[in-house]
Amino acid sequence: MTLRAVDYVSLAIYFAFVLGIGWMAKKKITSSADFLTSRHSVPVWITSLAFIAANLGAQEMIGMCASGAKYGIMTAHFYWLGAVPAMVFVGLFMMPFYYGSRARSVPEYLKLRFDEKTRGLNAITFAIMTIFSSGISMYALGQLFQLVLGWNFTQSVLLSAIIVLVYTLLGGLTSAIYNEVVQFFLIVLGFAPLSFLAVQKAGGWSGISSRLAPVMSHSWKYLANPGDNPMGVGAFGLIAGLGFVLSFGYWCTNFLVIQRAMAANTMAEARQTPLFAAFPKILMPFVVILPGIAAVALLKQGVGYSIPLQADGSGPDYNLVLTTLMAKFYPSGMLGIGLTALMASFMSGMAGNVTAFNTVFTYDIYQSYIKPQADDDHYLWVGRATTVVGIVLSIGTAYLAASFNNMMDFLQLIFAFVNAPLFATFLFGMFWKRTTGHAAFSGLLSGITAAALTWLLTVAEGKGGLLGHVYMFRSTMAQSYWIAIMSWTTCFVVTLVVSLMTAPKPESELKNLVYGFTDVPPHDDAPWYKRPGPLAVVVIAVLVVVNVIFW
Amino acid sequence: MDDLRRPTGFLFSILGLILALYGFISPDVQAPLEPGIPVNLYCGAMLLIFGGLLLWLSFRAKS
Repeated sequence: MTLRAVDYVSLAIYFAFVLGIGWMAKKKITSSADFLTSRHSVPVWITSLAFIAANLGAQEMIGMCASGAKYGIMTAHFYWLGAVPAMVFVGLFMMPFYYGSRARSVPEYLKLRFDEKTRGLNAITFAIMTIFSSGISMYALGQLFQLVLGWNFTQSVLLSAIIVLVYTLLGGLTSAIYNEVVQFFLIVLGFAPLSFLAVQKAGGWSGISSRLAPVMSHSWKYLANPGDNPMGVGAFGLIAGLGFVLSFGYWCTNFLVIQRAMAANTMAEARQTPLFAAFPKILMPFVVILPGIAAVALLKQGVGYSIPLQADGSGPDYNLVLTTLMAKFYPSGMLGIGLTALMASFMSGMAGNVTAFNTVFTYDIYQSYIKPQADDDHYLWVGRATTVVGIVLSIGTAYLAASFNNMMDFLQLIFAFVNAPLFATFLFGMFWKRTTGHAAFSGLLSGITAAALTWLLTVAEGKGGLLGHVYMFRSTMAQSYWIAIMSWTTCFVVTLVVSLMTAPKPESELKNLVYGFTDVPPHDDAPWYKRPGPLAVVVIAVLVVVNVIFW
Repeated sequence: MDDLRRPTGFLFSILGLILALYGFISPDVQAPLEPGIPVNLYCGAMLLIFGGLLLWLSFRAKS
């Protein structure tokens, strides 16, 4: 793939713009809260788009297109089943406690609701996770640019990291959120034409489905038996593992996304954030997954498109589907826009992680354990310093991922360990006043242990099973869903049992933290499209329609 | 901070304008698989319309 001057011009204009947003946001920053939390000042349309854009990293773009080519339209479950119901749940039921508690972060909510040790466990595991995910995203981008454009790995990693550093350092969370919105538009406008061109070349949806095995164009039909579909999962594993545990664990408790909703102007807008965000989320598969499916049809059509083989020649390298499609369907000019969009997705993923990391580190680790009684200027300084440290650590992680082949798989697993049990803790914490701090802590810890044990005792595609082979899964994906299910169930049972054996907090300390002790302002006077209930019904209706069409 | 629609509108208008102009003056720059479609011109126009829409919304809200 070769670029011309016009492509570099687009990229340069975008970089200048991103830094300009950082500079504009800087003017309003006078305290650590301005820098780290945006202090409830961001309009709802902006928080909504940032809510999904913060999760839309480069790895996601490349990976979803690759999975589209590998698994077909079933991949859309990562959006439909694996995100939308959880987004509806967090907006309807959980946001009143996050926003109403006035906590500045998810770990801080755990401190208010439970105790110090639960906060500490969550803050530390979360901080490590964010650094690793931004590092992996960086690695994915550097590797891709090296492979496709011949750019130097170190130079492309450093250049993009420095730009993210400058705009997050200047404008903090506000700058990251504002840029995420621009990045979202750029990703959609930069990739939607690719999807359109690839699909019409392959003869539309009917042309695609006539050329591919039926399993590629149905999202539910082949889930009855794990052996029938390329993912190797059955309906129960998919719904319980992905649709319930992993999805609710991520969208309802991950501070990276919750932070965006908490930046909204009012409680009503914080609740609208994930609900508004659900609409574009339902449509995203048509931009990021569809081109991957079309690529396989084009391959069979023999029109001059092919997927490159892996370096060891063992099969097609699906991670290159997105960029090879771009090279075939975009001329110089639009190619620059497409690459800028890829760069934008990388930056939004990285800035999302870094801004969540600096808030959790400054408030939940530094202010809680290292230096509790300092003036605010000091914490603002620490917030800024942590931003630099976070980016430097991510660069280190990117090199770690580059030097160990299995690093990526291992880290994906760690994410599952940490995220999976957390939703059980929140479910109890927010909706059962009897839940105790000791119960939350021991539940989380045993959930993480159960996840590790499941991985150590089962095998899938040669992965896991270090302690024995109790069960063999058809795919690593099925294995990770079952790890999540085991982990969540263990956390649920332990939290329940330990709560009954330990003394609960007095009810006076549960105000604004638990269901029944929180005043949720009714939105009865607002028009229906601003009220959480009716909005949720519309979201679910649209979701059902899309699933029926691609049954 | 100021209305985000305005700077974003400017960004997409400029990117769209450059792309559409480039597509107009260099119609021979074409995609390998779509030699017949002026991709740059169409996509540039799309970006320009989107940028213009944001600017219009922003100026309408101000006045």
